[in-house]
Amino acid sequence: MTNRRQFIVLALGALATGAEAQLTPGIVALRKAALEEAMRKVTGGAQPRPGRVKLDIPPLIENGNSVPLTVSVQSPMTAADHVRAIHVFTEKNPQPNIISAWLGPRAGRAALTTRARIADTGSVIALAQLSDGSFWSDRAEVVVTLSACLEDGLI
Amino acid sequence: MARVIVNVPANAKRGEVIEIRTLAGHDMETGFRRTQTGELVPRNIITRFSCTYNGEEVFRADLHPAIAANPLLSFSTVATESGTLEFRWTGDNGFSATQTATISVV
Repeated sequence: MTNRRQFIVLALGALATGAEAQLTPGIVALRKAALEEAMRKVTGGAQPRPGRVKLDIPPLIENGNSVPLTVSVQSPMTAADHVRAIHVFTEKNPQPNIISAWLGPRAGRAALTTRARIADTGSVIALAQLSDGSFWSDRAEVVVTLSACLEDGLI
Repeated sequence: MARVIVNVPANAKRGEVIEIRTLAGHDMETGFRRTQTGELVPRNIITRFSCTYNGEEVFRADLHPAIAANPLLSFSTVATESGTLEFRWTGDNGFSATQTATISVV
């Protein structure tokens, strides 16, 4: 039997996890595993370091169907030291990958702009692979009010 | 034929970093949406974009269903010599589109 105090505690707990409430816990875990798997596929197990990469994305997204995002990486972009690839991932989409782009010293500047679909409130991660083989990353938390692909239920 | 737009400066100084913007007209159907009768709409997206500068590849990207409809891509390259930039989009169901732009470098 749930008394009044227990009920309040339960309700507050439910509120605290409100950000996760749109997806059932099982799906959240599955998608987290898929994200880690997708990142491991790119890095080959190397641990990406934070820094050098800058992910520009609006923190509050009204329409998840078209979210402008820019990734820029601090790099001299010379033949000896350049950015080889930029990858962008998201935590809550049915598939974690957003885009993978390959550039080289001829890019002159390591920057990429595109528009993404984001299904739910969560993290967006940008990962850059440098010519020396190191990985750098940046992470942004976004809040989505109108989700992409939610019009007929998440799968 | 799909409509594509590219924006490349017509003139540039040698060694200048130029900004290239591209837009392709495409629904980018994710494969996760259902029709009113509950059937999945099959995936139909652009999967690959590439840009070559006088035949040499300078930028390439793999797109996923998480790219918004009418994919926009903006990137940069160094204006090395006068010539042609060729842009190519390929995707599901044999989708293919190409566009070229010329640039004169002084």
